[in-house]
Amino acid sequence: MANYLFISSRDPYESPDSESFIKLVESIQARHHSTTVFLVQNGVLSARSGARHSEIIQRLARAGVTVIADRFSLRERAVGKLADGVAVADIDRLVDLMIEPDTKTIWQ
Amino acid sequence: MAKILNIVETAYRATLEEQDDTVLWLTHMLKNSGADAAVLLQGNAVNYLARGQDASGLAFGQLRMVRGPELDRDLEKMIDKGIPVFAIEEDIIDRGLAEFDLISGFQRISRRSMPELLDRHDQVWRW
Amino acid sequence: MPKKTLTLAIMDAPYESANSTTALRIVNAALSKGHNVNVFAYEGAVNLTMRAQTPHPNPVKGTSVEQEQHPTTKDWIGALFQLAQQKQAKLDWVNCGLCVDERGAGEWIEGPRRGGPKDFLDASMASDATLVIPTK
Repeated sequence: MANYLFISSRDPYESPDSESFIKLVESIQARHHSTTVFLVQNGVLSARSGARHSEIIQRLARAGVTVIADRFSLRERAVGKLADGVAVADIDRLVDLMIEPDTKTIWQ
Repeated sequence: MAKILNIVETAYRATLEEQDDTVLWLTHMLKNSGADAAVLLQGNAVNYLARGQDASGLAFGQLRMVRGPELDRDLEKMIDKGIPVFAIEEDIIDRGLAEFDLISGFQRISRRSMPELLDRHDQVWRW
Repeated sequence: MPKKTLTLAIMDAPYESANSTTALRIVNAALSKGHNVNVFAYEGAVNLTMRAQTPHPNPVKGTSVEQEQHPTTKDWIGALFQLAQQKQAKLDWVNCGLCVDERGAGEWIEGPRRGGPKDFLDASMASDATLVIPTK
């Protein structure tokens, strides 16, 4: 089984295809792959606790997807309290995930 | 050689200045260099499959554009060259293209089949 | 830590998208760990290394050039080449030649080289990880 690493830079407020993206990630995870979504840039906006789309994070976490938010992107946007299910990491963690063997890295 | 899937979603971005879609062009170049590459069209990019796209007649003052993009024919050439071209069925239907005159030779897949398509490729590059 | 090789393809011109800075952050993080990095700058991304980029003052903030210290992407990338040297890692930055020609972006800082899609393919096939950062 492969590792799938989705780098999510877009936010559901502006992207009409966010539902399709979430379903794709859930489907990939359901095929027994190890799946991670790394939120960067405006992608971290849905990670704020109480944000309208923060249920996306919970949905992914329930599906077994690892959700990580880029610390710098969070700080840049003053996102303090996070929705449940989001881990925080620096960009070097993204590099570590990319170089894991059998990993497909896909930018969204 | 690793199997590459190039996903194209953004459509008609700079296609007039470039005279083609630069990701389709890049895929063709990668194939020429020996890559085992395929294309997945999704979102608005499925419109590239429509026959009859006509960008001729563009002019700025006395300067007329001689050679415009021919995206449907570019895809046909890619298919003839052995580059598999997939397109998301739901996006085709959403854009009213289901009964439209589309090029032949591409493969329609449903959105729920995407995970399987991604699994079949070693590299998935979303442009 | 074993040295790995990452390859990135980027497309955004400077000052147009948050993608450019994130891409450079990834390169910076990889080089800092001692990994080798290949960058294929496609389309507008060939403008990232243009030598003629010049910082400017900020009339809204009332700052001079020296005070504002406005970043230029060519300086950021120059710093990445220096980082690669310090970490004994390799940064291979390829500007897509045809993209360079049509944009008149042929005068770049020391470090990048002219290339094409085959360079990207060869780099990717020899890498431990490949990431394409699309533009909108």
